[in-house]
Amino acid sequence: MPVERFPVEASHILMFARSIGDPNPIYQSESYAAAAETGGIIAPPTFVQASAQFDENYRLRPKIGEPWMGSGKDATGIPPKEPGEDDDTPTGMGARGLHAEQHYEYHRHIRPGDVLNATVKPGETWEKQSKRAGLLKFSETVTEYRDQNGELVITARSVGVQTEKAVEG
Amino acid sequence: MALSAANISVGDSHSDVLVEDLKRTQLVQYAGASGDYNPVHTDEKFVTEVAGYPTVFAHGMLTMGMTGRLLTDWVGDGRLTNYGVRFVSQVWPGDTLRATAEITAIREEDGVQLADISVTTVNQDDVPVVTGTATARLDP
Repeated sequence: MPVERFPVEASHILMFARSIGDPNPIYQSESYAAAAETGGIIAPPTFVQASAQFDENYRLRPKIGEPWMGSGKDATGIPPKEPGEDDDTPTGMGARGLHAEQHYEYHRHIRPGDVLNATVKPGETWEKQSKRAGLLKFSETVTEYRDQNGELVITARSVGVQTEKAVEG
Repeated sequence: MALSAANISVGDSHSDVLVEDLKRTQLVQYAGASGDYNPVHTDEKFVTEVAGYPTVFAHGMLTMGMTGRLLTDWVGDGRLTNYGVRFVSQVWPGDTLRATAEITAIREEDGVQLADISVTTVNQDDVPVVTGTATARLDP
């Protein structure tokens, strides 16, 4: 997702490392990290995924005053559209959009204090028939994360897939 | 400690349990940290009644993140130059995941020693959930 300003903060790195179950002190102890090869705290390899926090329009975050696809009184706040209606809704994405591949190239590892900027280029799209999930529609995006000096720090390539049916297993 | 080209060989491997009995709360924790609040990962009512899955399931990126720990624990902090995975099967609450990484090549590029690594994470039934590759910078 394109993000204009993604400030990398130590507390966010700490919470992210905890959420993936990684107790490595390189992600949380300034004194440990200062004496390590990296010379300071760095972020875990998949941390840039959290740039979603800084995408104002990120569709997978509920926003005040807007309909949300998750459950409240009803099982979803955005009822699925009738067949034939425009299907460009978050419900369709939430229910059937899956992550197929993710690749990172690290030009350097990011640290607290970095202020990143992410630009997105569309990649290839392709289709595949699957017994388990029906017609699969794949689409690729390439995200370039640059730092406060304009230097490319991480190149991310993501492949998403829309499935026709729910996939179990 | 980082890996050193002098001390490793193609075929060397490293394996560890990433998580035992994955809890739904960890999916909530990952949603909060990553910002990915897709209700298929945290909202039982939505995921069963609207999305049509048996229960919530893990973010692929959580499994990639947990698998990344196995790699960084092995190759050292800040040593990965590439890391990529395919999400081949879903991860469910209650799953126990184990990842295994193996050196597939040791090479030199622009005077830097690199190791190419393959990595696979499997669940308690030995079904691969994530397969991938990584490259790490080695000490000489």
